[in-house]
Amino acid sequence: MAINGYKPKLAVWKFSSCDGCQLSLLDCEDELLAVVGRVEIGYFLEATRAEVKGPYDISLVEGSISTPHDAERIHRIRRQSKTLVTIGACATSGGIQALRNFKDVDDFAAAVYARPDYIDTLAKSTPIRDHVRVDFELHGCPINKHQLLELLNATLNGRKPNIPSYSQCIECKRKGTVCVMVTTGAPCLGPVVHAGCGNLCPSCARPCYGCFGPKETPNTTSLAAWFDSLGQDRREIKHLFRSFTANAEAFRKESESHEKPQI
Amino acid sequence: MTPTPEYRKTRVVIDAAQLDVLIANLRAQGYEVIGPTVADGAIVYAPLSGAGELPAGVTDVQGPGSYRLEKNGTALFAHVVGPHAWKRYLYPPEQLLFRSVRQGRNLRINEELELKRYAFLGVRPCDIAAIRIHDKVFADGEYADPGYSARRQAAFIVAVNCTRPAATCFCASMNTGPRARDGFDLALTEFSDRGAPEFLVEVGSARGSQTLAKLKHRPAGEDDLKRADALLAAAARSMSRSMPSGIADAIEDHLEDAYWDKIAGRCINCANCTMVCPTCFCTTVEDVTDLSGDIAERWRKWDSCFNIDFSYIHGGSVRREASSRFRQWMRHKLDTWHDQFATSGCVGCGRCITWCPVGIDITEEARTLTKG
Ligand code: SF4
Ligand code: SF4
Ligand code: SF4
Ligand code: SF4
Repeated sequence: MAINGYKPKLAVWKFSSCDGCQLSLLDCEDELLAVVGRVEIGYFLEATRAEVKGPYDISLVEGSISTPHDAERIHRIRRQSKTLVTIGACATSGGIQALRNFKDVDDFAAAVYARPDYIDTLAKSTPIRDHVRVDFELHGCPINKHQLLELLNATLNGRKPNIPSYSQCIECKRKGTVCVMVTTGAPCLGPVVHAGCGNLCPSCARPCYGCFGPKETPNTTSLAAWFDSLGQDRREIKHLFRSFTANAEAFRKESESHEKPQI
Repeated sequence: MTPTPEYRKTRVVIDAAQLDVLIANLRAQGYEVIGPTVADGAIVYAPLSGAGELPAGVTDVQGPGSYRLEKNGTALFAHVVGPHAWKRYLYPPEQLLFRSVRQGRNLRINEELELKRYAFLGVRPCDIAAIRIHDKVFADGEYADPGYSARRQAAFIVAVNCTRPAATCFCASMNTGPRARDGFDLALTEFSDRGAPEFLVEVGSARGSQTLAKLKHRPAGEDDLKRADALLAAAARSMSRSMPSGIADAIEDHLEDAYWDKIAGRCINCANCTMVCPTCFCTTVEDVTDLSGDIAERWRKWDSCFNIDFSYIHGGSVRREASSRFRQWMRHKLDTWHDQFATSGCVGCGRCITWCPVGIDITEEARTLTKG
């Protein structure tokens, strides 16, 4: 992509999100200059007010679609982007704000805002993939900066990114982290969670929260049954699956199946 | 046949203080001593600087999907295998194979060979069997792995026989333990039932013999030998788990069977079982570049047949179903491994049972298949 001095144009777009994922790019302190040397920043409001017109070679999209305006704007961005990569739990699953998907959004608006009639929002917060074609998804809440660099790196050098979709447990085992669930009985989502965070929680003796969402072929039913045998009640199990990536299909279904008391 | 070397007949007894001397001597010889120590709620294998770091008076209580430590007695080796296996050191989870640097029109390639001399203290008999399996896989024939071979050749092995198996151990049925017959430089059997621990020492190599010579010891008496025999025989008898014989044939007879779908309902394909297994050796290769594309590195990382990409060939993955991945694991371990390496791929250490997050028990699954 970067032949004969041509600098690919990079754009970073924001939808419903906390900005944490875009900040991961600014957090690449040591590598940032190298990145800026290899790409032209076309649009990145967190970093610069300067704007370069599209089309863009690489668009990084942060955030979920949660308003009618979002739903329309994402199509414009897709049209201007050669490669569109979604970054973070919001963009790939709907984010923490997708907790509203399980309830009536009007009730929330009425409870929170003095003038709910000013609020123009969709009933559900949904991932970008539900609206336009996505070329690659980078998981995490927030994303991991090494994975972001690896993705940019691979894209710029025309190779496949090394971003595996297997379990968090593999990160534990390669690092030598002692399994928190087996040694303490605390419920850990790691066996069904996408690797990539760099083993943050388990290596601090904290079970995995699931920030990276479901891994490939996640058997949440079996893990939920094990949580039950460890003494977790149905409500606790529901809450375990219903957090940062609550709307990811596998986790949504598992939490819903623990919604009602068992007959 | 070559006659048995004289040192093989050595039987002496040392006290616990000599372990400290042993560690110091090995370190003085340039070895990094790795052995069992308590960390993060488990007994792991980590660098040791003295015998004070051994898990004195700590034992492990293991079951399917469960591992806890308990205080008990004064023994230094009243535990068995834990979450780590020696492959961490002989065959590291992430290994740089080479780095290439582009300089103008030239490419320079550095092959990185990390050469560490390890002394492993507290290698259990099942793990000696596992290391020997890896020798066949990595250090045999024309395409021997240079990194593994070099680390393995340098490694000094102090075995510790098991007088107290865990509930998950089944080495007796795999003929790999609880006593090591060979494959060590020194082998210890701990006596801890009468006060301060003492160790019966056997010698397996000339360098083992030279190392032992520097330790204070007394010749073992007939009663010492009998005591060790009795402890190890009792340990073998106490094992509640076993691998059913005929498991290889049973798997061949059930290649297409509803059983695999049933077990796939429980298995999470998280790959923990293969990561902790001392004989599992599969890896993936990752090529990485820096942003400029001038520096490229090739890394080898532990991988597993439970991962979808593991069977990725042109057009997609061959084993997409969880059932086919579980079958691949069991069939390779317990069945086709015999054709490939003339041994079972399982040494009976029980790690996969303990560290499976949903407690799947390979012996129980094997029993289901042999009965069905
Ligand atoms: S701590 Fe969690 S993520 Fe790590 S191995 Fe155990 S179950 Fe898997
Ligand atoms: S058998 Fe257990 S450890 Fe192995 S992949 Fe299945 S769930 Fe994970
Ligand atoms: S298959 Fe299980 S019991 Fe057998 S050697 Fe591997 S980890 Fe140990
Ligand atoms: S399987 Fe046997 S040799 Fe291995 S730790 Fe258990 S008792 Fe010892």
